[in-house]
Amino acid sequence: MPFKSHARLLALTFSLALIAGCSSTGGTQDGTTDGSRSGTDSSDAGTGQVSSSGVGTTGDRASQQADGRIPEVRTIYFDFDSDTIKSQYEPVLTAHARYLRSNGDARVVLQGHTDERGTREYNMALGERRAGSVSRFLEVQGVSPSQVEVVSYGEERPAVQGHDEEAYAENRRVVFDY
Amino acid sequence: MKALMTAWLGVMMLCFTTLAQAQLTIEITRGNDRATPIAVVPFATDGEELPEDVAQVISDDLERSGHFAPLSRDDMFDRPSRSEDVSYGEWSALDVRYLVVGEVSRDGDGYRIRYELMDVSGSQRMLGETVTAGSGELRGGAHFISDQVFEEITGIRGAFSTRIAYVTAQGVGDDQQFGLYVADADGHGSQRVLESGQPILSPAWSPDGQKLAYVSFESGRPAIYVQELASGQRVRMTSFEGLNSAPAWSPDGRRLAMSLSKDGRPEIYVMDIADRSVQRLTNSSSIDTEPDWAPDGESLLFTSDRSGGPQIYRYDLASGEQERLTFTGNYNARGRFAPDGDAIFLIHRSSNGYQVARQDLDSGRLVTLSETRWDESPSVAPNGTMVIFATRQGDNGVLSAVSADGRASYRLPSAQGDVREPAWSPFLN
Repeated sequence: MPFKSHARLLALTFSLALIAGCSSTGGTQDGTTDGSRSGTDSSDAGTGQVSSSGVGTTGDRASQQADGRIPEVRTIYFDFDSDTIKSQYEPVLTAHARYLRSNGDARVVLQGHTDERGTREYNMALGERRAGSVSRFLEVQGVSPSQVEVVSYGEERPAVQGHDEEAYAENRRVVFDY
Repeated sequence: MKALMTAWLGVMMLCFTTLAQAQLTIEITRGNDRATPIAVVPFATDGEELPEDVAQVISDDLERSGHFAPLSRDDMFDRPSRSEDVSYGEWSALDVRYLVVGEVSRDGDGYRIRYELMDVSGSQRMLGETVTAGSGELRGGAHFISDQVFEEITGIRGAFSTRIAYVTAQGVGDDQQFGLYVADADGHGSQRVLESGQPILSPAWSPDGQKLAYVSFESGRPAIYVQELASGQRVRMTSFEGLNSAPAWSPDGRRLAMSLSKDGRPEIYVMDIADRSVQRLTNSSSIDTEPDWAPDGESLLFTSDRSGGPQIYRYDLASGEQERLTFTGNYNARGRFAPDGDAIFLIHRSSNGYQVARQDLDSGRLVTLSETRWDESPSVAPNGTMVIFATRQGDNGVLSAVSADGRASYRLPSAQGDVREPAWSPFLN
């Protein structure tokens, strides 16, 4: 699976760039991401720090993420035929919500994706539903709707090639594209 | 390599540049055991080597339809080119029911193709005429003869002179390249309509066969375009916030049905092409998409998951009433009307996977047609005899076709990459 290793390499490159204190956005990151890296070991860079309103985030794990930096984990995954956000990804979404609240001029495109099963146009709608559920989660957390756009790619942009459950699981996803 | 680099710079529009890539071939995957035996005798020539074997093109057309079983050339004891030279009794002894003979001769830069169709059992000539074809049009001439032979015997208009549009995808991730192509119905003569580094999908022929509507992500967002094939000129019809999906032409070519989510959720809308006004038809808290216009223009099919999973509904344009049509299984999507409006073709999920099925509208009975497991995007030939669809062969996306009765099927493999999203043109002559 050549793309998988390619994506990991990209992810690694991107993470190294972060550690180096570079805050530039790296574009779409569809591959598997190492979510354990906290990235708090360097000082804030780039966008200025705006004081947080603190809604629902006081002292929680999201505060480990420096407000000036885009959270590193930018892909969350879904069960088959589901747009339910799994509890394991709630900290990821909370971190993005905090970042977006703190950086009012930041904009994110939520890319919704499905696996390849089923018809393309119906999957286009399913991808939108997934990204929409992430969008609503962010809005409930106080993010302005004007900062968030939903674009569904349906099954057209798979993260990995392959026709088994492992591949499907990696393709059913929403990507935060800043 | 050069193509790759230009694609990097953005979307390239190449109006009908013939390219060897994405060329499709044909493999018969299931023959119809009730097919009518026919013999298409190699056409006589005046000694010149012709660029196309006209009789072979005709024979392949007739075989692909599933209605005919052409006799192998090895079994032909005689090669007459005129009806008066035909020994009916001997062809009859081979169980041949019909016989096609003919001759190709030079006519200026082009050709004259004389052909005759004989009923072997009745020992009589049924049809005979001379067709002229331009220098590059021998195949077109052969398809025309196939159309005449098919209609004379079956009473059904032939669809061999039609074309198909389809989408190709190569590469993975950020290097993915998408192409929109048009080719003859037998896969020959593919011409690129559009190339992009972003997804292209849902091509749909205008009823006059002059234009394609499609969805392209080239701006980073989905938008519906209409492109005139002869000139390459195109217009962006919609770029609303959210989904801009699944364009479908009205039979009069004046309106496009589509799925938009600009008001929140994917709903069916109809756009008046002249003034670009859009009218919303559905209003549900569910997904409504994949519209298709009834041949009489009075209703639309669409897919909705308002009952929980996707099912096919019909929207009556006069009354606004919506009726659920499919009840077999928990996944029925992407319905397409048969040209007579009496049946629909759709993707049905069963324990065998996602397959092409036909449902008769009167009885409601659903019959699975394909033997593959990963089918998508059915599109019906304008004479209703075949359905082309996308499926998978190994790891590759390929086009396949199955007869409307499920008895015959063939595949159109591509040399490289995935091929998908087929759309069968209307009659073009």
